[in-house]
Amino acid sequence: MAQFICRDVSLGYDGKVIAEHISFEINSGDYLCIVGENGSGKSTLVRAMLKLHEPMSGEITTGDGVLPTDIGYLPQQTEVQRDFPASVREIVLSGFTGHLGAKPFYSREQKVAAMRAMERLGIDSLARHCYRELSGGQQQRVLLARALCATKKILLLDEPAAGLDPKVTGEMYSLIENLNREDGITIIMVSHDIAAAIRYATHILHIGHKRNFFGTKEEYIKSEDGRAFISLSGEDVIRT
Amino acid sequence: MSEVFEKLALYFEYPFVRNALIVGVLISLCSSLLGVTLVLKRFSFIGDGLSHVAFGALAIATVLNVSNDMIVIMPVTILCAILLLKSSSNAKIKGDAALAMLSVGALAVGYLLLNVFSTSLNISGDICTTLFGSTSILTLSRSDVWISIVMSAAVIIIFLLFYNKIFAVTFDETFAAAVGIRAGAYNMLIAIVTAVIIVLAMNLVGSLLISALVIFPSLSAMRVYKSFRAVVICSAVLSVLCSAIGIIISILASTPVGSTIVIADIVTFGIFSAVGALTGRRRGA
Ligand SMILES: Nc1ncnc2c1ncn2[C@@H]1O[C@H](COP(=O)(O)OP(=O)(O)O)[C@@H](O)[C@H]1O
Ligand SMILES: [Mg+2]
Repeated sequence: MAQFICRDVSLGYDGKVIAEHISFEINSGDYLCIVGENGSGKSTLVRAMLKLHEPMSGEITTGDGVLPTDIGYLPQQTEVQRDFPASVREIVLSGFTGHLGAKPFYSREQKVAAMRAMERLGIDSLARHCYRELSGGQQQRVLLARALCATKKILLLDEPAAGLDPKVTGEMYSLIENLNREDGITIIMVSHDIAAAIRYATHILHIGHKRNFFGTKEEYIKSEDGRAFISLSGEDVIRT
Repeated sequence: MSEVFEKLALYFEYPFVRNALIVGVLISLCSSLLGVTLVLKRFSFIGDGLSHVAFGALAIATVLNVSNDMIVIMPVTILCAILLLKSSSNAKIKGDAALAMLSVGALAVGYLLLNVFSTSLNISGDICTTLFGSTSILTLSRSDVWISIVMSAAVIIIFLLFYNKIFAVTFDETFAAAVGIRAGAYNMLIAIVTAVIIVLAMNLVGSLLISALVIFPSLSAMRVYKSFRAVVICSAVLSVLCSAIGIIISILASTPVGSTIVIADIVTFGIFSAVGALTGRRRGA
């Protein structure tokens, strides 16, 4: 049974449609890349999957025992956070807030698990550092560790490599790949980096102006949409 | 020096001085705890607007001749806090413009009401007192003291119980909402608690100076400390110390309480900025 099912979903703001007829299914262990041009509605779709945004029509359902608290999220970065006084440990631990319920404080197990998540992403030595003083790549790892605390099942990552240099981007992608391969975590990643999408994903969802594409990576490469989009950003594909 | 201590010891014989210190310390503790969140959420302007609303409400309470003015001020200010939060999250009405209208309007209406209806002989003196809180902290009634103690205790308990959730909502509201925290409800809680603190703080520093109590300690702490918890603890300590020192100096030197406290806060901010500039190697680089 699928973890996420999207049926003919239309998205928009204030009655204006941005993307429509989006349908796809994700099963446990899949690696889905959502691609499309800037402003095509990728972030909006992610927010809709998190119930932060109401679709205009269609439905998004979860299955396979997935609860709202089983989803880890890495939002597209906002500026406000950059000068925030918070240690890495505080931020990673906050990944567990959804599991707190009525309890006011984090349990010992949660603190240990937060430490594990930091070790997993190679930032355990930064635990006491201030988030705002880290490099862009380190900051993204912190947010990924936080998302990892929230879930062991599904990670929704919105442009996790935006603004990172190529080397750090590669490191970020291989961390995510490991989480998918070794830990069996389902990955749903927004990216306009088509090369990375083709390299790592098992499935591709392309949100376009005229129509959408959903299928396996192999199908996408052969498809008309895929060929057009890949040749548009051909340089990137060769570079990576 | 011993003269000063003798004088202090003498003053501490008076219950009103002890009351002023107790209430002052509690209020500054509360305002600094929440101040960190308000500053980080860019909500501090709401506190400023609410303090003017509280002044307007006080004017109404005075005109109506209510026995305990808190009964009027508290609900009115809380209601405005809720309205302001709603309007600032509604993109159609510009939140800051609505706020400016409300706060200036409240000041004007309050002043007018006091002028027209007040029976006091020294109207400007009275208004000056409510705006700058010159002596009201020293003239607290028994019930004022108890209300302050109970409300402060409630604020502190709420803050401790919801500390982790407040952190999550303050740091990244979108993430918090995504993992199932009702961010809107917590914003509401923060706004209501802010209103309570502002009404309480009006006694201590007067309505025009409340923002200083909310903003300065947290900004000072943020200059030096870099984790949320350290900033919260440091700003609480600073706020309490500045208020205690301010109250004591104002008694010894017969200066206005509110301004003296705020000046202590400003001096601390200067010191912490200097320390932060000296120790902050990578900041601003
Ligand atoms: N809160 C919002 N209100 C109105 N329009 C929005 C809002 N957020 C995004 N949009 C618009 O929706 C479109 C899609 O945005 P988004 O989902 O962020 O695109 P992407 O992530 O694919 O770049 C854009 O044209 C953007 O201007
Ligand atoms: Mg986006």
